[in-house]
Amino acid sequence: MQVRGVRKSYGAVDVLRGIDLDVETGEVCCIVGPSGSGKSTLLRCINHLEKLDAGQIHVDGTLIGYRRAGRRLHELSERDAARQRSAIGMVFQQFNLFPHLTVLNNVVEAPVRVKRERPAEVQDRALLLLDRVGLRSKAHAYPAQLSGGQQQRVAIARALAMRPRLMLFDEPTSALDPELVGDVLETMRALADDGMTMIVVTHEIGFAREVGDVLVFMDDGVIVERGAPADVLAGPTEERTRVFLSKVL
Amino acid sequence: MTDLDADLVVVPRRSVGNLAGTLVVLVLAAMLVHTIVVNPRFEWDVVARYLTVEAIAAGALLTIELTVISMVLGVVLGVVLAVMRLSRNRMLAAISFGFVWFFRGTPLLIQLIFWFNLSALYPALSLGIPFGPEFVTFSANTFITPFVAAVLGLTLNEAAYMAEIVRGGLLGVDRGQTSAAQALGMSRTLTLRRVVLPQAMRIIVPPTANQTVAMLKNTSLVSVLGAAELLHSAQIIYSRTYQTIPLLIVAALWYLAMTTVLSIGQYYIERYYRRGDIGGGRIRLRRSKPAHVQIMGVPS
Repeated sequence: MQVRGVRKSYGAVDVLRGIDLDVETGEVCCIVGPSGSGKSTLLRCINHLEKLDAGQIHVDGTLIGYRRAGRRLHELSERDAARQRSAIGMVFQQFNLFPHLTVLNNVVEAPVRVKRERPAEVQDRALLLLDRVGLRSKAHAYPAQLSGGQQQRVAIARALAMRPRLMLFDEPTSALDPELVGDVLETMRALADDGMTMIVVTHEIGFAREVGDVLVFMDDGVIVERGAPADVLAGPTEERTRVFLSKVL
Repeated sequence: MTDLDADLVVVPRRSVGNLAGTLVVLVLAAMLVHTIVVNPRFEWDVVARYLTVEAIAAGALLTIELTVISMVLGVVLGVVLAVMRLSRNRMLAAISFGFVWFFRGTPLLIQLIFWFNLSALYPALSLGIPFGPEFVTFSANTFITPFVAAVLGLTLNEAAYMAEIVRGGLLGVDRGQTSAAQALGMSRTLTLRRVVLPQAMRIIVPPTANQTVAMLKNTSLVSVLGAAELLHSAQIIYSRTYQTIPLLIVAALWYLAMTTVLSIGQYYIERYYRRGDIGGGRIRLRRSKPAHVQIMGVPS
């Protein structure tokens, strides 16, 4: 995945002020930084949930959200943008499971409705995925009957059911009670071990250190520092990174 | 020394005022029942005789027809208007706003009489290409029967109210639900149909049931157009027999029976749309971020 010169503002507020970022296939890129630094907005730009003001984003060689004609970028139709999103999984801070559907139907919904796959096949795959996140026994429960950590693991299974080539995690453990964080991180670690390309916005420095290939520190809409997690954590070269890390470590 | 005996008997407080109040209400209720039973001018025998006559039953049937047709069309149009109102297209939003403003802002009775007299404005109605040739032309006078005028008036009026109810329901669904659906590659229509609307239903159903009950009773306004719905059927009889009160009671009993059935239906529909809840109430997720950043190793 390549991000080049991405800018985004809401009214007078510049949220992203020129972002360049490369993530190789199979890599796990962790993004840390203070609240309001633009981490979540960057994620939402990568699957075109937000429009760009400038710059371009490529996933697997495909320009996301736009069609290039000479020097101009024309926004794709809603349908084409949706098709691109279907190949990029996303997990949210608030889980956002569909509360009116059972756990199994949450997972089955998109492959059947969006990709028009056969329900029976999707259901088998969904049960395997639920098995993988350790929640097969909850297949027929409703989300409200699950703990936050269980809901988030279902959300991961739901995203995986679309067979994404890239997974985006937007502070996946920030809304969880401390004792539930471990299971979710464990699920994500297993996913990384399987070779999934992941971009993870997180406050879990431990996860970034142990699972991440690249650590990116963002502040005020720009990438301040990047590098191997061990290096950045042990010896940040930028003052802002040092200040931030000294607060969270 | 304090007696700390554990097996003392707890006696609830008695309120004398409460008891007196109950007595007064009971006496008043007894008086009401008594006068209804003994006052011969209620003519309960007449009520009993007319309760199931064919004309009244046919009137009730027309009332049900008008309610069902106008409610279904009104809900469909209301959903369309609500989606228009929330659309990014300013023109569509403005049209929806204008529709609601007009049809909610004028009395239903005027709207009904207006549609019935449409032929005074447009003697001939036709289908064709706008500003171009016309394919079919028919007389407004024959097309606008009392039934058609009633359905038009009730539907358009209902749509205005339903638009607001549906809009409130759609806005009540968490924005994250739309994000999640879109992130899965669902189109706008699919997101609306499969994710947002089903959740909005929990909010939409109770007021819609209210609207249905109101609609059932509002069909009685159609009596001014001469459509033989329930009230007008009763009026036709008492204008001949002068048994006004008993026949109004007959109509009222029918309305009451029908609204009771609706209330029972409402209970089951609401229960269906709350199926994802625990104990009827949604469990709230933790909304706030932790005040300080947590450091947590990954268990291996």
